[in-house]
Amino acid sequence: MNALYAFFAVALLMLVAFFGVWGLGWNTLFAVMIPYAALAIFIIGLIYRVVKWARAPVPFHIPTTCGQQKSLPWIKSDRIESPSSTMGVVARMAMEILLFRSLFRNDKVQLEDKKRVTFQGNRVLWLGGLVFHWSLLIILFRHSRLFMQPVPDFMIFVRDIDGILQGLIPAVFITDIAILMALTYLFLRRVVFPQVRYISLPSDYFALFLLLGVVILGVLVKTAWKVDIEGVKVLAMGMFTFNPVVPEGIGPAFYIHIFLASVLLAYFPFSKLMHGPGIFLSPTRNLINNSRAVRHINPWDYPVKVHTYEEWEDEFREAIRGVGLPLEKE
Amino acid sequence: MPEEKLKPEEILDISYTPPQKDWIKPDVKFKKGSFGYAAQGKHLKYLDLPNPRDWRPQEDDWQLPEDWENIIVKGIKERLGKNRAFQLFLDVCVRCGACADKCHFFIGSGDPKNMPVMRTELLRSVYRKNFTMAGKILGKLAGARDLSVDVIKEWYYYFYQCTECRRCSVFCPYGIDTCEITMMGRELLSLIGINANWVTEPVANCFRTGNHLGVPPHAFKTSIDSALEDIEDVTGIKVDAPINKKGAEILFITPSADYFALPHWYTLMGYLMLFHEIGLDYTWSAYASEGGNFGFFQSAEMAKRLNAKIYAEAKRLGVKWILGGECGHMWRVIHQYMDTYNGPADFMEEPVSPITGTKFENARSTKMVHICEFTADLIHNNKLKLDPSRNDKWRLTFHDSCNTSRGMGLLEEPRYVINNTCNNFFEMPDNTIRERTFCCGSGAGLGSDENMEMRLRGGFPRANAVRYVHEEHGVNLLSCICAIDRATLPPLLEYWVPEVQVSGVHELVGNALVMKGEKERTTDLRGEPLNGKEGQEDV
Amino acid sequence: MDLGQAISQKKAAILGKWFRLIMDTYPLDASGFLGREKDRFANPVGYTISREIEVLYDELLQDMDSEKLAASLDSIIRIRSVQDYPPSEAVSFVFLLKKAIREELGDDISDNQAYADLLAFEARIDKLALLALDIYTKCREKIHQIRLNEVKTETERAFRLLEITRRMHDVPDAEEHPGDGENLSP
Repeated sequence: MNALYAFFAVALLMLVAFFGVWGLGWNTLFAVMIPYAALAIFIIGLIYRVVKWARAPVPFHIPTTCGQQKSLPWIKSDRIESPSSTMGVVARMAMEILLFRSLFRNDKVQLEDKKRVTFQGNRVLWLGGLVFHWSLLIILFRHSRLFMQPVPDFMIFVRDIDGILQGLIPAVFITDIAILMALTYLFLRRVVFPQVRYISLPSDYFALFLLLGVVILGVLVKTAWKVDIEGVKVLAMGMFTFNPVVPEGIGPAFYIHIFLASVLLAYFPFSKLMHGPGIFLSPTRNLINNSRAVRHINPWDYPVKVHTYEEWEDEFREAIRGVGLPLEKE
Repeated sequence: MPEEKLKPEEILDISYTPPQKDWIKPDVKFKKGSFGYAAQGKHLKYLDLPNPRDWRPQEDDWQLPEDWENIIVKGIKERLGKNRAFQLFLDVCVRCGACADKCHFFIGSGDPKNMPVMRTELLRSVYRKNFTMAGKILGKLAGARDLSVDVIKEWYYYFYQCTECRRCSVFCPYGIDTCEITMMGRELLSLIGINANWVTEPVANCFRTGNHLGVPPHAFKTSIDSALEDIEDVTGIKVDAPINKKGAEILFITPSADYFALPHWYTLMGYLMLFHEIGLDYTWSAYASEGGNFGFFQSAEMAKRLNAKIYAEAKRLGVKWILGGECGHMWRVIHQYMDTYNGPADFMEEPVSPITGTKFENARSTKMVHICEFTADLIHNNKLKLDPSRNDKWRLTFHDSCNTSRGMGLLEEPRYVINNTCNNFFEMPDNTIRERTFCCGSGAGLGSDENMEMRLRGGFPRANAVRYVHEEHGVNLLSCICAIDRATLPPLLEYWVPEVQVSGVHELVGNALVMKGEKERTTDLRGEPLNGKEGQEDV
Repeated sequence: MDLGQAISQKKAAILGKWFRLIMDTYPLDASGFLGREKDRFANPVGYTISREIEVLYDELLQDMDSEKLAASLDSIIRIRSVQDYPPSEAVSFVFLLKKAIREELGDDISDNQAYADLLAFEARIDKLALLALDIYTKCREKIHQIRLNEVKTETERAFRLLEITRRMHDVPDAEEHPGDGENLSP
């Protein structure tokens, strides 16, 4: 049900773009104005959200320790999983962000019964997530050549590596296939596994369908519909230099692609997609496990009502004297 | 919601498959055995907590204050502004489900709302409705829902079905810690006078007498004295235990259960024997007579109010530093919160072991050292004469407490102590120990007797691993460094693996410790024959 | 046709069916975590049930060794006794085997008119169900006993405190205060 809502929402977006361009001929709107607006929303929204998080204080020192603390010198501490220095935190965050360390932390499987095949669901999720995010990064990197003239050698090199399969399948990059497979998996697991289906909201599917839409159209405009890449490049360079020109004959599919991408950009700051920037600020991951060595300050700390020793002694004076314990006031 | 009154037509309605329900509509039944009683009004009054009253979770009317919705929404807003973790964790979850099967309550019950992501979603849905644009506009489609009495009931049920063990946060790719959410959820509930009695009553006790069990100073002294007698019976040595002694070098703080409950008692004897043997200049305190902090299970403010006594007493007595006994959440508070709550502790000195001269640099600001760190250092420097064979009747395994493992990283110290005091130590499987340890299922204020079924359910993953080492290696003792564990693992194991008993680590130290001038020991600290094979469990 | 033979030949299918039917009694259906995760420590409930029903199955086909049956039933029922089930549902899993057999072997049975065999086999399942009832009762008694022990310990502790308190004179009136030997449970 939730998946259907999201599917129709994305389908509707595609129709809007299609009729806007093909029916009404609002090419400039879809090729220039909406992307500009989306980018503005993305940048302002992103800054707004991150600033909002950053302004909220971290009152307590709460790293999740996933390894031995640094205590006695002869006990080997885990410098990354229970970081004892800034370098440790940097390494921990890097492993988290680049390799999805926590997601990889799968339960070691004990094969009790040799007949049973063990299905390591979490490792698959780790792989799916990793493939998706890295492919996305490389694809974005590839796209940036549209905004550059001449294209740097390094970028061509990455493109050639990524396109190594093009001898077999023309115009298709490895990352195209990888991201499609990863997204399909990420979608299927939400539908197939009951507990993931139970927790999935329309917005979870919406993000997936939007991404799938962008990717599929991206692949199609390159392969099946052979968009005029030179035209796209003129458009991109024009936008990049704030002097946009909309060349003729790029074809509606490209407009839908760029429209969905714009929606994705504008949607980003208001959605769970903010997990990307968010992880940098996560207090259970980005703090050093040194709270007994260095005092953590709570900026809004306030005095509280306590039961003082004097009050306590007043209440129990006779009892304390009775068992011969020392008193402050006799 | 009256409990378990079946209508005639329901009696024959035995369901083989429960209906699949959407979570967004709140739905909770308070079934006997799976929830804790509500805190009584008198305890709230004593603590100056808002909206005190007597009410019962299983009754329909919770007597909420008139403007309760307003209080909750305001409470959320305030906490969003004051705590980055709260805000971030509500915002960034992608519902990937990595945490779903990591919660011992979900594993033991299959109840989908026990998936950590769902537990958070119970609160997150209200956050969306009141604080996000998408939630305001799209409502249910964006996973938003209105605050209602049933939502509050669901919060009470599920936020007191979380032991704040942080296991989910180990597996979350963004480090979302459900413990933080549960803490916030409980604070919010507390604002409208909803608290669990098994939390609030000990808190009230502790505020007044200095400890959760409500042991007043004379009873405290009597209790410690009788431990000294027990030690004399076993070892023939008269041991001294100074209380409220000014000018001592070290203040010793441990959970009150250690001096008033079983099997904690034997761990207490272990501490006392150890301190005597090394000639430690230390003191107990009858005022700060509690290491644990049930206030932590209610609100940060309450935790701070109780925790304040430790530094206040250290200052009054003029000690150089503080030594802390075996306890889980006590150490979460001391390691991650105490200095922030009630520091700086600049009236003390950086902790140095008077016996070995070792500087505990990791505790240089808070000035509090864990007894396992302290003892491990003694053993490493050959300051103790130990006879591990005195623990030979035990084939033991070690249960990492949630808080000391995931909120501190104290993993090797207790193992080092065990390996030097025992000959037969066996680890449980990798995915059930260290940072992936399973909770006892009764922490964070869930350990009341009326909540027994829930506890047995949530503790099953732990007990299951214990049963495995019992079957594989003949393990008959589960050692741990947590007072709640020592109180709640025995009933848990009595149900699942009755052959296995529970002990603290310093009970093992007390047994193995060869004291100067002791008589030949015939029994262990439990008063059971020492060398007799008759003590050995049938393997 | 010998029904017993058919049941042992189709063991994998019937057992699988039985397992799925049991898993369906949990809030998330059979393909969920409890049914899918095979690690015995990550998923003790699913693991225990799948291991023990196989033992039960084999015993039903062979000599119904009551000790083995009881041990296996105990492992499963001990779990279900603390989960949110009324007694009927806690032991209903035994009868689900009948359903699994009828669904898997329905055609074989009607083709071969093997109703007598079926009845005989189902009688064995009924015996198993009765045994299950005994075990369920024992588990529940155990739970109550454990709870009772805990209340008793708390009460004893409270009395001990009270006694020490009373021994002292001039202790301020503690009635309206927390502590001083109040029972921890209301």
